[in-house]
Amino acid sequence: MSTIAVPVARPPLWRRLVGFNLLAGIALGIIGYVIGQWIGGRFTGVNIAYYSKTAGQNDIAIMLGYFFGVVGFLIGMGFANYPIQRMLGYPPTLAEHEAEEEGVGRYFRLCTDHKVVAIQYLVGIGVFFFIGGLNAMLIRTELLQPNTHVFGANQYLTLVGMHGTMMMGMMTSGILGPFANWVVPPMIGARRMAFPRIESFTFWLLMAAGVVLITTIFFGGFQTGWTGYQPLGDQNTAGYDAYIGFFALVGVSMTLLGLNLAVTIISMRAPGMTWTRLPIFVWSVLATAALMFLAAPMLIAALLMGAMDRTIQTAFYVAGQGGSSYLFQNLFWVFGHPEVYIVALPGFGIVLELLPVFARKPLWGYRLAVSGMLGVGLLSFFVWQHHLFVSGINADLRPFYMLSTELISLPTGFTFLCFMGTLWRGRIRFTVPMLFCLAWAFNFLFGGISGVFLSDVPSDVTTHGSFFSMAHFHYTIMGGLVFTFFAAIYYWVPKMTGFNLSERLGKVHFWTMFLAFNSTFAPLFALGFMGMPRRVVTYNPSFQALNDWASVSAFILGISMLIFLYNVVWSLLIKREPAEANPWHSKSPEWQLATPVPVYDFERTPVFDPDPYPYGVEPVPVGRPVVAPAGGQA
Amino acid sequence: MPEVNEPNHFLRIVLWWLVVSVIGTALVVFVLGPGLPPGNGSVEASGQVTDNTVLLALSVPVAAAVLVYLTYALIVFREREPEVYVDGPPIRGNASIQLWWLVTTTVIVLFLAGYGSIRLLADGSGGGQGPNPIAAPAASSSDPPLQVQVIAQQWQFNYRFPGYGGVEVPDLELPANTLVEFHVTSLDVIHSFWAYQLGVKADANPGVDNVAYVTTKGPLSVNIRCAELCGVWHGYMFETAHVVSKADFATWIRAQETRFAPATKTLPPYSKTYFPPPERRGG
Repeated sequence: MSTIAVPVARPPLWRRLVGFNLLAGIALGIIGYVIGQWIGGRFTGVNIAYYSKTAGQNDIAIMLGYFFGVVGFLIGMGFANYPIQRMLGYPPTLAEHEAEEEGVGRYFRLCTDHKVVAIQYLVGIGVFFFIGGLNAMLIRTELLQPNTHVFGANQYLTLVGMHGTMMMGMMTSGILGPFANWVVPPMIGARRMAFPRIESFTFWLLMAAGVVLITTIFFGGFQTGWTGYQPLGDQNTAGYDAYIGFFALVGVSMTLLGLNLAVTIISMRAPGMTWTRLPIFVWSVLATAALMFLAAPMLIAALLMGAMDRTIQTAFYVAGQGGSSYLFQNLFWVFGHPEVYIVALPGFGIVLELLPVFARKPLWGYRLAVSGMLGVGLLSFFVWQHHLFVSGINADLRPFYMLSTELISLPTGFTFLCFMGTLWRGRIRFTVPMLFCLAWAFNFLFGGISGVFLSDVPSDVTTHGSFFSMAHFHYTIMGGLVFTFFAAIYYWVPKMTGFNLSERLGKVHFWTMFLAFNSTFAPLFALGFMGMPRRVVTYNPSFQALNDWASVSAFILGISMLIFLYNVVWSLLIKREPAEANPWHSKSPEWQLATPVPVYDFERTPVFDPDPYPYGVEPVPVGRPVVAPAGGQA
Repeated sequence: MPEVNEPNHFLRIVLWWLVVSVIGTALVVFVLGPGLPPGNGSVEASGQVTDNTVLLALSVPVAAAVLVYLTYALIVFREREPEVYVDGPPIRGNASIQLWWLVTTTVIVLFLAGYGSIRLLADGSGGGQGPNPIAAPAASSSDPPLQVQVIAQQWQFNYRFPGYGGVEVPDLELPANTLVEFHVTSLDVIHSFWAYQLGVKADANPGVDNVAYVTTKGPLSVNIRCAELCGVWHGYMFETAHVVSKADFATWIRAQETRFAPATKTLPPYSKTYFPPPERRGG
C-alpha cells in the first residue's frame, strides 16, 4: 500500500553530499571532458597541450570531450545505476527515488516524482531564459549605434547565435517541461509519467546541453545564428562544435520528452478519461509531443552530418565535393518548422485551458479546438520550404508551399474562434494569468498576419531575411510562447509550490512586459520593410531612430523580467504566503488536489465525470471510486 | 438564457467592425499603400508594392474582426462583482458560426494563395528561381535580356558580364528600361543578393546558378545588401549600385572592359558555377 515515510535521523550534511547527485555529476562531467579531449588528442596524433593553449582548435578532441563529459555527468547523476541493477538481476522499482527525501536535496539529483522534475525544469529553463534574454539586451545595446561598436563583429554574431539557439533550444521545452510534466498526470488521473526515469533524464540532458552551449565562448563563439547554415558552419571556429553538441543533445531530450508525454497520455488515462473528455491542454501537449519525436530526429541527423564534415572530413554539405548546401537547409527546416509549432502549440493549449476558468464558461467548440491543434501539427510538416523561397531550390514547388503555409492559418484560426467563443457572454475576470492569455491573442494576431506577408512569395522577396521576419517570429514565439509561459506560471505556481505570487507585482510585470514587448518589436516590422537585414552589426544610419526606440523598449522589457524575478523571490522565498487549494475556483482536476500536493497525487484513482469544463452547470455527483491504482504499480 | 433587456451584442460588434474595417482599409490603401516597400524602382518592385498593398488591405478586416470583438467582449462581458464566483452560460459551440468561420477563412486563404501564385508566375516577382526559371518577364525579341552574373564571396559581391567578354567588375551599373537576368552564385558559403529598390532577392549558394529577373525603370541608386548570415563581416557586405541610362551604361561597360582587360585574361572562363577549393578547417 501507500508508502508513508518513516521518520529517520537525517545523516550529516557531508554524507548527504556524497552520492549520485549534481556534485558527482559535475565532477564526473569534468573528468569525462578531459578524457574525451585526451582521446581526441591521441586520435589526431597531436599534443593536447598545444591545442588547449590555442583555444582548443582540435574539433575531434572537443567533440569527444563534450560527448564523454555529458556521459560522465549523466553517470554521476545516477542514470546508469538502474540499467546496471537490472542487468545484475534486481527487480524493477521506483520507490527509492520518490519517497527517499522530502527536502531541497531531491531537486539536485535524479528524482522520478513528476512534480519535482517539473520544478527542476521551471528553474533550469528559467535560468537559461534569463541568460538568453541578457544576450538580447546586449544585442540591442550594440544596435543603439549604426557604426560605433560596443562589441566586435565576431562577439556580436556570437551573441545573436547564442540568443537564438538558447531560446529556441531551451524554450522548446519551456511549457512541456515544467507544466506538461506537472499537470498532465493529475489531469488524466495518473500518478506519474509513463517513464519517470526518462522524464528526469530529459531534464538533466537539457541542462548539460545548456552548459555545452555556453562553453562556446571559450572556443571563439560561432557566427552562424541559430540556423547554423552549412557550409558556413563547416568553416567556423571550434565554437561551432558547441552549437552542434547543444542542439543534438536538445534533440535527444526533445524526442524522449515527446515520447514520454505521448505514451503517458495514450496509455495512462484513468477510467472514464476518454479522448473527448481530455482537457484541451492535454490535447495540445499530445500534438506537440508528436511533433517533437517526429521532427527532432531530423535535426540530430543533420547535425551529425555536420559534425562528420568538421571532424572526419566528409563532405555532406560541401558543394564541389559532392555535397550540397541545400541539404542542410532542407533537413534543418524539416525540423525547424515543426519546431516553431512545438513552441507555439502548448501556448494555444494554455490559453484555451485558462480561458474557461477566467471567463467562467465551458470551452467553446471543444472539437474544433482539438482539430485545430491536430491540424496545425499535421500541416507543419508540409511547409518548410517557405524558408527557402528565394534560395533557388524547387522554384516550381513554391505555389504549393505558399498554399500549404497559408492553409495553416485555418487551424490556427480555429484556436482564435474558440478563444473568442469562450469569451462570449462570459463573466471575465482580469486576473494576471488571464491578462497574459488576452495578450497572447493580441500578439499572435499580429504575428499571424505578418506571417501572411512571409508566406506570399512576391511579398517574401522583400521581407525574407529582413528585420520583418525577425519581428514576425518574435511576435509569434515571444508573444505566443513566452506570454503563455508566464500565464502558466502565474496560474499553476500556487499549486506547484504551495505559495501565492503577488498579484499586484504580477500586474505591474504584465503591463510593463506587454507594452514594452509591442514597443520593441512593432518598429522592427517597419525596419524590415525599409530594408534592414537580420543579424547585422552595422546598419544604414537612417535606421537609427527606430533602432534606438526598439533598444530602449527592449531594456524596459528586460526590466519587466526583473520585476518578475523580484516577484518570485519576494513571494516564494521571503513572504511565503500559503496558497489556498483552489484560489481560481477552477474546476479542472489538478486543482482538486490538496496543497501541497502529496507525493502520489491521489489517494485513489479518480473517476472523471463526462465534462472537462463543468462551468455554469450543476456539478455531476462524483462517481464510485475505483480501488486499483492506474498505470500498474506506482 | 438571454435577459429581457439584453442588447444585440452580435449586431453591435458587426457594426463596429464595419466602421473600423472601412476606415482602416481605406487608410491602408490610400495613405500607407504608396509608401510600401520596396518602391517603384523596377517593374517587379512595383508589383511587390501592389502585392503588399493587397495583403495589408485584406488583413485589416481580419485584424479588425478579432480586435473589435475582443475590445467589446472585454468591456461588456467583464465580471462586475468579482467577489462572488458566478458562472456564465454553458454555451459549448455553435455549428453555423463554426461553418461560416471555416468557409470564410478558407475562401480568404485560397484567394491569397491563388493571387500570390498568379503574381509569382507572371514575372517571377524578382525572386531567385534556381537554375531553371519557370517565370520570366516577356523579353522583346530584338532586345535579349542583359545577363549579369552575381558572384558572392566573403564578404563582397562581384559582377560578371558574359555579354561583354566575361569582364568581372566590383561595382554594378545597370541600363534603364532593360530586362536584366541575374545569375547569382557563391564561391564559399550561402549569401543572399538583395537589391532593395529593384525588388530582387536571390540566395547565392555555392555550386548553384540562381536566376532572378528584373525589368529596370529609370535611373536610380540601389542599395545592395547580403541578406543571409555569411560570417563575421556579414554586416559590412553592402554597396550601392546604379541604374543609368542606356547610353551611360554602354560607355561605362566599355570603360570597364578596357580597365579590367588584364584581369579578365587571368580569370577562369565564364561558367554558371565555380568551384574554388573550399576553405576547410583541418580536423
